[in-house]
Amino acid sequence: MSKFRNLIAGSSVSLVFVFALAYNFADRNIATIPSNLRSVIADNDFDLQLIALANATSAPRDTSSPFGLGRQALPEEIAAWDLEVSPDGTGLPVGSGSVLYGEEIFSEQCGTCHGDFAEGVDNWPELAGGQDTLADEDPVKTVGSYWPYLSTAWDYIHRSMPFGNAQSLSDDDVYAMLAYILYSNDIIDDEEFVLSNENFLDIKMPNAEGFIIDDRPQTEYPSFSAVPCMENCKQAVEITMRAAVLDVTPEDADQPASSTNNIGSSLESEQVATVSGSDSDVSPSGGDILNLELVAAGEKAFKKCKSCHQIGDGAKNKTGPHLNNLFGRVIGSEEGYKYSKAMLSFGADGLVWNNETLSEFLGKPKDYIKGTKMSFSGFKKESDIEATIEYLKSFTK
Amino acid sequence: MVKKISNKKTTRRAFLKGTAAASGAILGASTSAHAAGDPLITEVQDWAQSTGDGVDATPYGLPIEFESDVVRRNVEWLTADTISSINFTPIHALDGTITPQGCAFERHHSGAIELRKQDYRLMINGLVDKPLVFTYEDLERFPRENHVYFCECAANTGMEWAGAQLNGAQFTHGMIHNMEYTGIPLRTLLNEAGVKPSGSWVFVEGADASSNGRSIPIEKALDDVLVAFYANGEALRKEHGYPVRLVVPGWEGNMWVKWLRRVEVMDKAVESREETSKYTDTLADGTSRKWTWVMDAKSVITSPSPQSPIKHSKGPLVVSGLAWSGNGAITRVDVTLDGGKNWFQARLAKPGESKALTRFYLDIEWAGKEMFIQSRAHDETGYVQPTKEQLREVRGLNSIYHNNCIQTWWVKETGEVENVEIS
Repeated sequence: MSKFRNLIAGSSVSLVFVFALAYNFADRNIATIPSNLRSVIADNDFDLQLIALANATSAPRDTSSPFGLGRQALPEEIAAWDLEVSPDGTGLPVGSGSVLYGEEIFSEQCGTCHGDFAEGVDNWPELAGGQDTLADEDPVKTVGSYWPYLSTAWDYIHRSMPFGNAQSLSDDDVYAMLAYILYSNDIIDDEEFVLSNENFLDIKMPNAEGFIIDDRPQTEYPSFSAVPCMENCKQAVEITMRAAVLDVTPEDADQPASSTNNIGSSLESEQVATVSGSDSDVSPSGGDILNLELVAAGEKAFKKCKSCHQIGDGAKNKTGPHLNNLFGRVIGSEEGYKYSKAMLSFGADGLVWNNETLSEFLGKPKDYIKGTKMSFSGFKKESDIEATIEYLKSFTK
Repeated sequence: MVKKISNKKTTRRAFLKGTAAASGAILGASTSAHAAGDPLITEVQDWAQSTGDGVDATPYGLPIEFESDVVRRNVEWLTADTISSINFTPIHALDGTITPQGCAFERHHSGAIELRKQDYRLMINGLVDKPLVFTYEDLERFPRENHVYFCECAANTGMEWAGAQLNGAQFTHGMIHNMEYTGIPLRTLLNEAGVKPSGSWVFVEGADASSNGRSIPIEKALDDVLVAFYANGEALRKEHGYPVRLVVPGWEGNMWVKWLRRVEVMDKAVESREETSKYTDTLADGTSRKWTWVMDAKSVITSPSPQSPIKHSKGPLVVSGLAWSGNGAITRVDVTLDGGKNWFQARLAKPGESKALTRFYLDIEWAGKEMFIQSRAHDETGYVQPTKEQLREVRGLNSIYHNNCIQTWWVKETGEVENVEIS
């Protein structure tokens, strides 16, 4: 850096001419060289000299910033992005939330993935339990058993949850959810407890002392740096474990060799498999003519839904129900999916998914079906709703 | 002799076609083809008669269809869904060292987002003289550097701690890629904002919903960390953080924040989710190591391997693999064919480069017999890649991350290969 500061502040003149010549002779489309060129000290670093030249053309600027690029960040901008919370409470906003309220919004916003009791659904993380299991054969790592700081959980929930609808929770909601998670982990016993910025640092996480700083340089590097044996290093070699016996490697039609007993299977047959696998999905729904442009736009808009809903060949119920053959489906009727009471009551009233119901629901899900588990807050653009509906239609046969 | 000629003169496709029967019949198949002369030679082929595609057929090309099996793959049971998940580079089918972006492994925590250059902003704030905001165009005006670095997920080989699990180098070692990056030293941007003397860490975060915030000591940030916007000569692909990602040479991939939006200078680590609840290494006694950033020296034989079996009978065989170290350059790779009884020094395709993949070869005469093949990397610090046993002695079985053990492939007489553990 000091090298560069010298370039800017230097006083030698001769090189300016060299550059003026170089620029004029170069086959380049550049504006005439400005007259206010600052002089540069002779330096072997050609690039830096060019930069000095380029910089000299910019408007008057703060000389403390070597390049004078970028602009000052405004306080409002920093406030919008500088959200992280540190273990000592730095960054924690004023607010509070109770265990009881937390339980309510947790089951509404988080329960589909993390379970109503924070126990985790399918492969989604469990947030409670597992204390004193870290030395076990199968440690259970949860907020309660593993996370060293409460600030980490506040920060993560506030910044990145719920999955698919991040940064939608109020500060008070985050306090409440966290109060409930603490309660689920028996770190708090009192269900009347209210977590706030005032008592936040009083909470001690059970595994706060469970971490050490990387000690590989002491515990591993010396013993892993011995000169290795090259000849007659061992007597016998026996197989002690085989991956094929465990058999958890993904099957893949496009993978000629993983099914190793098929060595030499021809590449042509694999191509056939690829092609037949890909021309599947979009088939128009009985008689309706699809607007393919709209379907394409809908596919894009549907990205917002994909974190919870599967659609197309092999779609299954995940966080949300699968959406194949949705049109005409009685609301809340997909077998094997656990709907909210609210959703079920719509179905009980005989309502089905069609243009009208979907359009209402996708605009403001929680207004239309109060108590739905779906965390999505709704499409803001009417065009996205229309496109998404067309896209959904293309999967109704 | 006949066999050798057929290997050399026929295309891979024709070779596979000609041997579609069983691997044992390889020799017979190619011999009979030669009895009447190889029709690929004696008959005029379509491609030698008609014409191929014009220059307007493929404005931006994908690999030819015959390579359609060289793709990223994921392991469904690993994660709850594919949005917060990982896939694997097909290292078993690549050679050289540079990983094409299109098949380089992806790890997202809230999916790969689409962020336009004109919507891109990078903020530098915290303990600086002047907090700054840069546009993409601003970044293009800083002096650039080019460097080749590997990026390895801390969890690469993580499924193998308890035993041989996944049958393929792609799955055991494919959470890695190696690209040539064009970018600005983070140091340049930090100097532009002016780091205050109390600044001892930076907190870096992405623009996606996960934000994936990580703390990096200021010494590293001012050393070789890059703010990159090109990889392998072209703009970063969406899945690799378009338009701007962080490159943290030699350190675990999770710190290479994609869609980089903010760098905050701080006086302590944030202890974010990604550096406490994840990417920490639990030891046998239940305590966990944190701040385990460096990826230690490691290597793997990419071919032969379970997805890349030997397709010919005995004779010349190229044993090939990759080696790398987050602590510097690879200086040597040893290969054993008999499960570690005897070792040979492999040939490095080029001298090892610091914190980048090194390709090694061992050209052997295969006897057509069973082999237990392993590779062992040495780096410039004198570190020698450990066995799984050595690692387990220190760490137990629940470390998840940073498994850089020696890998064993069991090559059978048929040429098939399986992931095993041996005594």
